[in-house]
Amino acid sequence: MEASFSSKAYLDMELLRFTTAGSVDDGKSTLIGRLLYDSKSIFEDQLDAVKRASLQKGGDFLNLALFTDGLRAEREQGITIDVAYRYFATPKRKFIIADTPGHIQYTRNMVTGASTANAAIVLIDARNGVIEQTHRHAFIASLLGIPHIIVCINKMDLVGYRQDVFDQIRLDFKTFSDRVFPLHDIRFIPISALNGDNVVKPSIRMPWYDAGTLLNTLETIPINQDHNFVNQRFPVQYVIRPESDEHHDYRGYAGCIAGGIFHPGDPVVVLPSGIKSKIVSIDTLNNTLTEAFPPMSVTLTLEDDLDISRGGMITGASDLPTESSEVELMICWMNPKPLQMKGRYTVKHTTNEVRCKVEEIIYLLNISTLDTITPVDEIRMNDIARIRIRTTKPLYYDPYSLNRITGSLILIDEATNETLAAGMIV
Amino acid sequence: MADHQLTHLKELESEAIYILREVAAQFERPVLLFSGGKDSIVLVHLSRKAFFPALIPFPLLHIDTGHNFIETLDFRDWLVKEIRGRLIVGSVQESIDTGRVVEEKGINASRNVLQTVTLLDTIEKFKFDAAIGGARRDEEKARAKERIFSHRDEFGQWDPKNQRPELWNLFNGRKHLGEHFRVFPISNWTEMDVWQYILAENIDLPNIYFTHERDVFYRDGIWLAAAPFMQMKPSEAVERRSVRCRTVGDITCTGLTLSTADTVEDIIQEIAATRVTERGGRYDDKRSEAAMEDRKKEGYF
Repeated sequence: MEASFSSKAYLDMELLRFTTAGSVDDGKSTLIGRLLYDSKSIFEDQLDAVKRASLQKGGDFLNLALFTDGLRAEREQGITIDVAYRYFATPKRKFIIADTPGHIQYTRNMVTGASTANAAIVLIDARNGVIEQTHRHAFIASLLGIPHIIVCINKMDLVGYRQDVFDQIRLDFKTFSDRVFPLHDIRFIPISALNGDNVVKPSIRMPWYDAGTLLNTLETIPINQDHNFVNQRFPVQYVIRPESDEHHDYRGYAGCIAGGIFHPGDPVVVLPSGIKSKIVSIDTLNNTLTEAFPPMSVTLTLEDDLDISRGGMITGASDLPTESSEVELMICWMNPKPLQMKGRYTVKHTTNEVRCKVEEIIYLLNISTLDTITPVDEIRMNDIARIRIRTTKPLYYDPYSLNRITGSLILIDEATNETLAAGMIV
Repeated sequence: MADHQLTHLKELESEAIYILREVAAQFERPVLLFSGGKDSIVLVHLSRKAFFPALIPFPLLHIDTGHNFIETLDFRDWLVKEIRGRLIVGSVQESIDTGRVVEEKGINASRNVLQTVTLLDTIEKFKFDAAIGGARRDEEKARAKERIFSHRDEFGQWDPKNQRPELWNLFNGRKHLGEHFRVFPISNWTEMDVWQYILAENIDLPNIYFTHERDVFYRDGIWLAAAPFMQMKPSEAVERRSVRCRTVGDITCTGLTLSTADTVEDIIQEIAATRVTERGGRYDDKRSEAAMEDRKKEGYF
């Protein structure tokens, strides 16, 4: 059930992707259940199923957490094992929730959910305040460059809805967060997911708070500056050559705009060759465009007949990315098999793939205290570290802080093909 | 809407096109799983957009249970001509005839589960390494946890506890010989997104999505179509009603909605007012609470 169904309004909605981080028992599933339930995104058959399950577990109330219950293995063990995606909409925005479990061993899931998010909800149990887990969550949100952080102080009902509890937690959080992301947009909301205070409806039990409910915040945080609109970046994904009679000489470069705004006539440089050219047209099936910006999928045609293939990049002529085969990055290790010093891996960066060798582990980070640990000889699953790699061919990149697309990469195991690490270029 | 801000539907379209192009670039023999349902029809439309002005660089694969609505088959053949595409049909009847599967018996017999064997056999026969599907994460709880690039081992199985992390828009499609991927470009779309997109893009659909008169009967809260291969209980009686399909699958498990909606706009209004999920009308999901999870692990769509 979606709140808006008039097609005109529907076609004017924005998309916000957010992730949720909380420790075990912080009430994260209840919060998401509450958002879905109070925004009327739950269907009757889902509601019936949850009512039945609530009774079966001996509860005498509707267990909102069961709305996000996933696989049978999880129901049996009462845990969440992986990232799950949920959807709901209000007349203003459509939301995609990356619901990630908060167990300490699941840093990799949180990193996954955070990688595509515009906003992160960090949940804190009002009774426990800021704990080590909170530091981890805040740090990962910062590391993944999430533009907006919403700290929800939950279970306010269990601390008598007291403002001094809320103020103290806010102060404790800011003391830590100022060290990791001083300039980010951080908001604090006191809530009770169980009773619905300040989630969708304003709380009458906390008159001292008036800065908006969680839903109101999600509907209004500005997201139009979350992409890089300055530095023109177009990783070539696929070359379109119809070779048909009607489009005999057509050669288009298909891809998704990773940065900047492109127009027909713009002078560009094609990497890795460095050859200069000019954009002739920006094509889609419906029409040709006068401009294209992130994250649009388009097809560019150029003035000159060049040999460009997947992995190449079309960039602004006077504004090139960094070119180097020595790259320093922060990584989150995601595989049970530890990172090997001098190990060789496949790098996937934009549409490009190269091989690399780990040259140096610069430090391992304790993400609860932000202390750096050296020397290190092994990086294990869920570790965050700074490393230096050398690639077989140069990468064309921007720092992750400038562009989350051209600044990110993954490492792949050449034997098992598994994704081993998320990397953010420094 | 602020400057340089895509609407949510445009952003979802762009994401789907990006994923389809990744499939064409990363795999040698991709195929698009075509059921005749609206989601796979939207996938075909998105594929045209992704590769325009070239033709779609992969064939369509239809797993035919032999229990299809005739309208679906007519539409399928029309669409394949329209896009100048190539169609491959995997036949469940053939799997039964050659003894690969045994037909279910009894009143609730369906070929829905049998499709998995035909699908995996066809994938193996043509050496497809990526099968593009129209599944959406809002449909069902097992799907909510599945990756966009979803790895399958050489037995076609999905291992939900051991999925590759999927970061940013970097999709890892590497695999060993004999393994394949299922790819779901419209994972992030909801049922309403699909209908609004069909309206906005003026996409043609089989007429069974719109109201029509049909012989139907009522079983366990669901209207089903009467057909020669449908076994009915003595207490069940055929009635003629105005109905439409909310999802389109094999006749034995496609629930029909009593409806007079005869335009996409009507359907959107109807869905907006509906209090039951799309899969609530799927007889195949009602078999057990973990029905979809179990079928997916074995290699179902």
